[in-house]
Amino acid sequence: MTTLMFRDALRQALREEMQRDPRVFVLGEDIGRYGGAYAVTKGLLEEFGPRRVIDTPMSEGTIVGAAVGAAMVGGRPVAEIMYVDFMAYAMDQLVNQAAKIHYMFGGQINVPMVLRTQQGTGRGAGAQHSQSLEAWFTHVPGLKVIAPAIPADAKGLLKSAIRDGNPIVFLEHKGLYALKGEVPDEEYLTPIGVARVARAGDDLTLISYSRGVHVALEAADELARAGIQAEVLDLRTLKPLDIDALIASVRRTRRVVIVHEATLTGGLGAEIAARLSEALFGRLLAPVQRVAAFDVPLPANSRLEKLIVPDAARVVQAARAVLNFSPQETIS
Amino acid sequence: MTRIRLFEERTLEVLMQGKLASTMCHVSIGQEAVAAGVCMAMQPQDYLTSTHRGHGHLIARGGDLARMMAELMGKATGYCKGRGGSMHITDMALGHLGANGIVGGHIGIAVGAGLWSSLSQNRAVTMCLFGDGAVTEGVFHEAMNMAAVFRLPVVFVCENNQYAMSLPWSKSTPAVDFKTRAAAYALPGVDVDGQDVAAVYQAACAAADRARRGDGPTLIGAHTYRFFGHSRGDPSAYRDPEEEKRWRARDPLPLFKARALAEGWLDEDAIVRIETEARQAIDAAVAAAEAAPPAADSVAFEDVYAPSGAQQLIDKAVSA
Ligand SMILES: Cc1ncc(C[n+]2csc(CCOP(=O)(O)OP(=O)(O)O)c2C)c(N)n1
Repeated sequence: MTTLMFRDALRQALREEMQRDPRVFVLGEDIGRYGGAYAVTKGLLEEFGPRRVIDTPMSEGTIVGAAVGAAMVGGRPVAEIMYVDFMAYAMDQLVNQAAKIHYMFGGQINVPMVLRTQQGTGRGAGAQHSQSLEAWFTHVPGLKVIAPAIPADAKGLLKSAIRDGNPIVFLEHKGLYALKGEVPDEEYLTPIGVARVARAGDDLTLISYSRGVHVALEAADELARAGIQAEVLDLRTLKPLDIDALIASVRRTRRVVIVHEATLTGGLGAEIAARLSEALFGRLLAPVQRVAAFDVPLPANSRLEKLIVPDAARVVQAARAVLNFSPQETIS
Repeated sequence: MTRIRLFEERTLEVLMQGKLASTMCHVSIGQEAVAAGVCMAMQPQDYLTSTHRGHGHLIARGGDLARMMAELMGKATGYCKGRGGSMHITDMALGHLGANGIVGGHIGIAVGAGLWSSLSQNRAVTMCLFGDGAVTEGVFHEAMNMAAVFRLPVVFVCENNQYAMSLPWSKSTPAVDFKTRAAAYALPGVDVDGQDVAAVYQAACAAADRARRGDGPTLIGAHTYRFFGHSRGDPSAYRDPEEEKRWRARDPLPLFKARALAEGWLDEDAIVRIETEARQAIDAAVAAAEAAPPAADSVAFEDVYAPSGAQQLIDKAVSA
């Protein structure tokens, strides 16, 4: 094991895959000479040259479109979109093209591409540079969506994504790039579609992904000080959802809180809550709770930003509500 | 051109008989010289991207008429297993990267195919066909610029049939010629008579040669006309009947026939033979499609994802 930062783990994944497979190349804005807005691709240009590390013009739609086209005819592109917010410019290429091509054309062709992008709060970057838009992508059949929380998964999942053969949206969190974690020294792949138990516990389940996992872990620590053992599940892959793992945990704990930094309405938490309710209605001891960002845009003011997104205190509060729930409350 | 014309005339008949599986169907009657001229300039390894009005492009590229008709009828033997329909008719094995329902949506894909050709030196040129409506979409600008700055082997061909649904070209843009537009990307822009198959062919060959030499893209404006409405049920009330008459007088098929006879490229017998063969091929295609089983219900639920670890399927298709 080696201790690596999240961004370095991602870079290792890109390097290893580029060394392994000459078809793999990266393209995006400022990823070459500049090394990427969050320094993930730093050094790749020097190692692989400008034909495999391509600084493109500012053209989000065509960065994604070019990845789709190259993937269709033999390449293994990894496109970077600097901020997920800019995907609004490129949604046609992802949603109507990449996600549909295998299906629409009768399985004649597939689109083995990875779209790496970065989202989330933590830098006071404001309304157009801080959103968490995973639900835009999980809504679309044909896409797989990955959002790792720790460096080891960042590396293992990015490598799996590059080899998968489908269009994959790989969501990094801008607040995690400097996070350090243990990464195996030997080559490994982390399977897509499999959740991870970030902390074991029997009293309730906290479900999250990306940076939300760390918020949930912090809350779990605090709950532990009060003698409550929370299980923390890290989804890692948002689509396909590892629903079996979620059901297995919640069947045991019978209480669940879902945590995400995306806004509440129409967020992935709503989907998970619905699935768990469908599967475990009679077994749950309390309604599924969600802790999400409030339904407002994000201010470019770090103090105000923090008021909007979930923190450990809100998760603890929700956990206590779930633990103390009594059915009589709802019968009026 | 004859095959395209007859295929689409038959398609309209089949449509009227209620035998198509979808309501979406756009014919290109009047525009055949563009499809034929562009596709004749292609080599086997080349790629093509196509539009919602794409039957002609696939036929000109050598598409199988029976599989096409089966696709239109929603049959299991169709190119897309009966789930793509007219608007997504495609044969990947011919390097045809899809007919697209999003106007302009495939222009970025053409850039990507060109990018991979440039990176892998596979000697393929991508012919990117689109309508005049696509020119005013944002992706057009991005794609032209990226292809130009990377000098990609892509030939952009605007099949300017004068209308984007009801909107005439002159109300779409004040820059109506393609030479001017191409200048913004420091590219050669060529305006060509889209009713003259020889002229289209020559322009496409010159552009493909340039692309293959590594000198980058060309923007061709092939000025043409759709003789029918945008789709079924469009009587083209927004068009001046006099204008329609003028363009119909320049039907690419008789124009070519006259020229071919005058130049001695073909004699009357050869022309009759071409027409007879085309008619027979289309009869056979319709018969085969009608006899084919419908797409099974399960087809609706398959192929959402490729198997994990899948290689590019087109690799197999091309080498098969
Ligand atoms: C992005 C997008 N906007 C609108 C439409 C609806 N639509 C389909 S075809 C068409 C006109 C396209 O005109 P043009 O590109 O000139 O092609 P033509 O139909 O003339 O062949 C429109 C508006 C669409 N399919 N996609």
